[in-house]
Amino acid sequence: MNIRNKAWMSFLSMMLAVSMLLSPTAAMAQEGESHAEQEESSKIDMTSLILDHISDSYEWHFCGEGENAVAIPLPVFVYSKVRGEWFFFSFKHIEEAEHHHTTYEGFKLAEEGEANEGKIVELNPATGEWERPLDLSLTKNAVGLFLNSIILICIVMYCANWYKKKKPEDTAPKGFVGLIEMMVSMVYNDIIKANIPQHVQRYSGYLLCAFFFIFLTNLIGLIPGSANLTGNIAITCVLACCTFLFTNIGGNKEYWKEIFWADGMPTWLKPIMAVIEFFGLFTKPVALMIRLFANIMAGHAALLALIGVIFITAQIGAAINGIMTPLAVFFAIFLDCLELLVAFIQAYVFTMLSAVFIGLSVPKHHH
Amino acid sequence: MSLLTPEIGLLFWMIVAFGVVFFVLAKFGFPIITQMVDERKKYIDESLEAAREANEKLAKIQEESAAMLKQAQEKQSQILAEAMEMRKQIVEKAETEATAAGQKIISEARQQIQAEKEDAIRDIRRQVGELSVQVAEKVLRQTLSTDKEQMAMIDRMLDELETK
Repeated sequence: MNIRNKAWMSFLSMMLAVSMLLSPTAAMAQEGESHAEQEESSKIDMTSLILDHISDSYEWHFCGEGENAVAIPLPVFVYSKVRGEWFFFSFKHIEEAEHHHTTYEGFKLAEEGEANEGKIVELNPATGEWERPLDLSLTKNAVGLFLNSIILICIVMYCANWYKKKKPEDTAPKGFVGLIEMMVSMVYNDIIKANIPQHVQRYSGYLLCAFFFIFLTNLIGLIPGSANLTGNIAITCVLACCTFLFTNIGGNKEYWKEIFWADGMPTWLKPIMAVIEFFGLFTKPVALMIRLFANIMAGHAALLALIGVIFITAQIGAAINGIMTPLAVFFAIFLDCLELLVAFIQAYVFTMLSAVFIGLSVPKHHH
Repeated sequence: MSLLTPEIGLLFWMIVAFGVVFFVLAKFGFPIITQMVDERKKYIDESLEAAREANEKLAKIQEESAAMLKQAQEKQSQILAEAMEMRKQIVEKAETEATAAGQKIISEARQQIQAEKEDAIRDIRRQVGELSVQVAEKVLRQTLSTDKEQMAMIDRMLDELETK
């Protein structure tokens, strides 16, 4: 009872502290600007703010706005289709050029309202339009992706090295390795062995990789300031494509027969079913891709919207802000906890469905 | 809808990064872990099986030893009973033999006594006979000193013989 009271007290005081910290800063930010500008600049455009946060960018932005922004410019790596050559430079140059309303090496950042907004574009003299070059820049997501991949490889190789020194007779690992082993055996037994008992070895590598990659990326994505990777459709697209390839390349004769000329159906229905099944081949991975992307993206957007409530109510008035800030923080904490759950569930669901699709493509029973 | 269109650049980097992750982990990472997990599971199963067998064996041995103990106890009691029986028999036999020997000794003694008694009686008879003969001789010599008396005597004796 006592402990619970203490926990509540500390929670409430923390809320108060957060609300006290946040509301004056918001107010001060308002005061700092001139009254004429205030109407214009203090109007917060939540949509673009949220979109900025969940989409990719050429710099790793931590905090601050405009002049005071703390951000790392990332390398830009583009192939100009017009000029037919590669360009490699820091995003810093583009930013500087933007300040002076010029271009750098013929490249600039597409402005608001233009096509390809926020992306690097170049002028095509033939058409007079700003077009996108082949853009292989190391954007925030790409850098985050490499970091995640390195972390993932380090974690798994650390565990694998732990096992290399041990024999099966030794006791099971404890601590971190034990945690990883628990998850590995969960995926291995509950997902892979349960769905693909006939080819466990062939597919366990990919499915374990997919699970751990998605889970780790989801978790890291929850850290404020990190890249929103699994909430980016390019990432989920590649993952879904991998599942598609593993399902159909490994698929045996029965699987294809089942798709294009299924047994146990009236003959007139078979061509129709073949068409439906053929589309089904693609809808399954597309559903995988959209599900993961939408879940994570929506979670991030909801979290940002809740935090945004604090700044929007700051414009309305101190009283409302004082009430809404603790509420918003409370719901944000709740949503963060929920997102932790979602991070696991989405990784599990993606792996489980991939395993089910692969399991169906290698049927063991003769129908 | 820039959110729904995959970026070529990120697609490319994702293929590279995930390809590397997949290659490294599927070749050097996860197989080691899953293999170890499988092996340990197998080892635990085997150990459990071995423990079960050992328990069974132990139970069997215990059962056997209990049976053996019981058997030994039975044998012991049987041997004891036999020994008791034998003792009884020996004692009885000894008793009967002793009795028989005693009887024999007694009967022999009795026979001897009888024989000696008979000897003694015979002796006494002989002596009494001799004495009575001597007495009779003396009496006769005294009484039959005359002829008349001798004749009377002979007659009486003849009468006695005749009446017999």
